[in-house]
Amino acid sequence: MLERGEVANSWRRERWDSLRLLTPNWQSRLPGHRYEGPDPDGYMTMGEVIEFIERFATVTRAPVRTSTNVTSVRRTDDGYRVTTSCGEIRCRAVVIASGACNRPAVPQFTAAVPASVVQLTPFDYRGPSWLPDGGVLVVGASATGVQLAAELKRSGRPVILSVGEHVRLPRLYRGRDVLWWMDASGVWDQRHDEVDDLTRARRLPSPQLVGTPERRTLDLNALATMGVELVGRWAAVRDGSALFSGGLRNVFSLADLKMRRLLDTFDEWARAHGRDAEVDPPERFAPTQVPESARWQLDLRSGEIRTIVWATGYRPDYGWLDVPVVDTKGQLRHEGGVVDSPGLYALGLPVLRRRKSTFIHGIEDDAREVIDHLTRYLALS
Amino acid sequence: MTTIDNGVNVQALLDAREVLKGAPEAAQFTWRASAKWENGVHSTTRIQNFFGLGQEHSHKSEAVFTADHPEVFAAEDNGITPIEYLLVGLASCLTAGVASVAQNRGIQLRSVESTVEGNHDIRGILGADSDVRNGFNDIKVTFTIDADASKEDIEALVAQSQKRSAVFDALTNPTNVSVEVA
Ligand SMILES: Cc1cc2nc3c(=O)[nH]c(=O)nc-3n(C[C@H](O)[C@H](O)[C@H](O)COP(=O)(O)OP(=O)(O)OC[C@H]3O[C@@H](n4cnc5c(N)ncnc54)[C@H](O)[C@@H]3O)c2cc1C
Repeated sequence: MLERGEVANSWRRERWDSLRLLTPNWQSRLPGHRYEGPDPDGYMTMGEVIEFIERFATVTRAPVRTSTNVTSVRRTDDGYRVTTSCGEIRCRAVVIASGACNRPAVPQFTAAVPASVVQLTPFDYRGPSWLPDGGVLVVGASATGVQLAAELKRSGRPVILSVGEHVRLPRLYRGRDVLWWMDASGVWDQRHDEVDDLTRARRLPSPQLVGTPERRTLDLNALATMGVELVGRWAAVRDGSALFSGGLRNVFSLADLKMRRLLDTFDEWARAHGRDAEVDPPERFAPTQVPESARWQLDLRSGEIRTIVWATGYRPDYGWLDVPVVDTKGQLRHEGGVVDSPGLYALGLPVLRRRKSTFIHGIEDDAREVIDHLTRYLALS
Repeated sequence: MTTIDNGVNVQALLDAREVLKGAPEAAQFTWRASAKWENGVHSTTRIQNFFGLGQEHSHKSEAVFTADHPEVFAAEDNGITPIEYLLVGLASCLTAGVASVAQNRGIQLRSVESTVEGNHDIRGILGADSDVRNGFNDIKVTFTIDADASKEDIEALVAQSQKRSAVFDALTNPTNVSVEVA
């Protein structure tokens, strides 16, 4: 196992200070390894995640070679030649487990933002005290964006949140963590070959969830109540002004409708499986409140906004992969982790084989099946 | 189960989507209109040809649109105002979207009606107040739909129709417009 940094590198280097997992502790499972602390319903801090993964590496005696950066992977007649910062390796098979979130994804028009405005990505962001005083525009309202908008607002700054399509979820539903429902009802076990539109499922933004000791919901209504101003999706920069989409109401409707449909699915599952008695009665949440009139224009030179935080998602980086298996959008071409080149495999990507593949605990089933394929390949070739 | 029919050939659209995924050049269309000044603020715009799928196409017949201003603007009212044509575009695009999405989702429509209202402060175009914009301040569309579906499914149809609408996008997001003199 080659790792350019240390074990749990992404959690050490690429996350902000206050981040906790949005998945509850009991759900943080790796093969044969689970949370055994006193707070199964809590959410791990970054320190706890690092410790959890380190302990797993120690217990399983994972053969990790740290500080080994892979700079190239090439096909040879009988396998692959892997070039690293510590020399070359020849092998018959390669498993790509380099992560789905190596770089922040930012829109092209960042270059048109006036130089007086500081621009940050989640990789540069540590906490509110690292930002200049004054207003902040957070772009993107998925997990990262809603969490940073709330934290920046609490620091006393005026915050504007630019909202595109998003996934709304309550933290608790009928008294249980909403991710308990995803797990128990089987939604997360849905396989990649059963999903209607797999490309779409793989591109789905993260849910508007935060892991806090109070287990609170952090949807757009909660943010608006805190005083965060909501504007539409950032569409362009013109003459030093940010222009936002006027379609805000519809992205609210889409998210509200999808949430309601998901909650219906949970209710049906509870009824059909006789689980109604162990949970609270069904509930429905108020629709997302549409602002009286959302601004569609913001002068970036006026000083109202001193900082922009781009919470517009992440993308993988396959710059080191010299095998033609990456599509025009920069995503790996694979079928359930079996990459389109003999002996090449992938793990740890969104909806790789199941909806839960996107999350830490999705790895167990995925790894078993992908490694199964790999061993058969090695036996036959 | 009876098969539903809203008159939309969804299969052809789904097939086109698959084909164009691998052929982005063919997906490039150019829509064209030619306008001619008549007199006063009265003009006539004609539309017949467009480009797409790598070649020129022609509508079955030429369409002619007359635009003018109403008498309250001291004009002759030979036709609707240009900004009202935007409402025509929005209403027809969203309606087409509702029918297509319904067909795709197996929902039989019986009637789809909508009203579109664009609120416009004309002090902008008159130059009476530089803080007032020229275009609409806001647009409100209200659908009344009779279909074999729950209220929630109908709301989802209308939401999806907006999500896939060319005119909704063109009106809610900025577009680069370059106007030149030939
Ligand atoms: C902000 C954020 C919050 C998240 N929150 C949660 C959550 O609450 N719960 C949850 O279950 N999931 C969460 N996830 C998803 C979670 O990160 C993934 O499910 C999980 O980390 C995948 O693990 P991985 O080992 O496949 O990838 P990563 O954790 O990304 O690890 C990939 C490793 O590969 C190394 N690497 C990359 N390229 C090279 C190279 N060329 N040479 C050598 N080494 C290389 C990297 O240094 C890194 O250590 C979150 C993701 C992000 C970005």
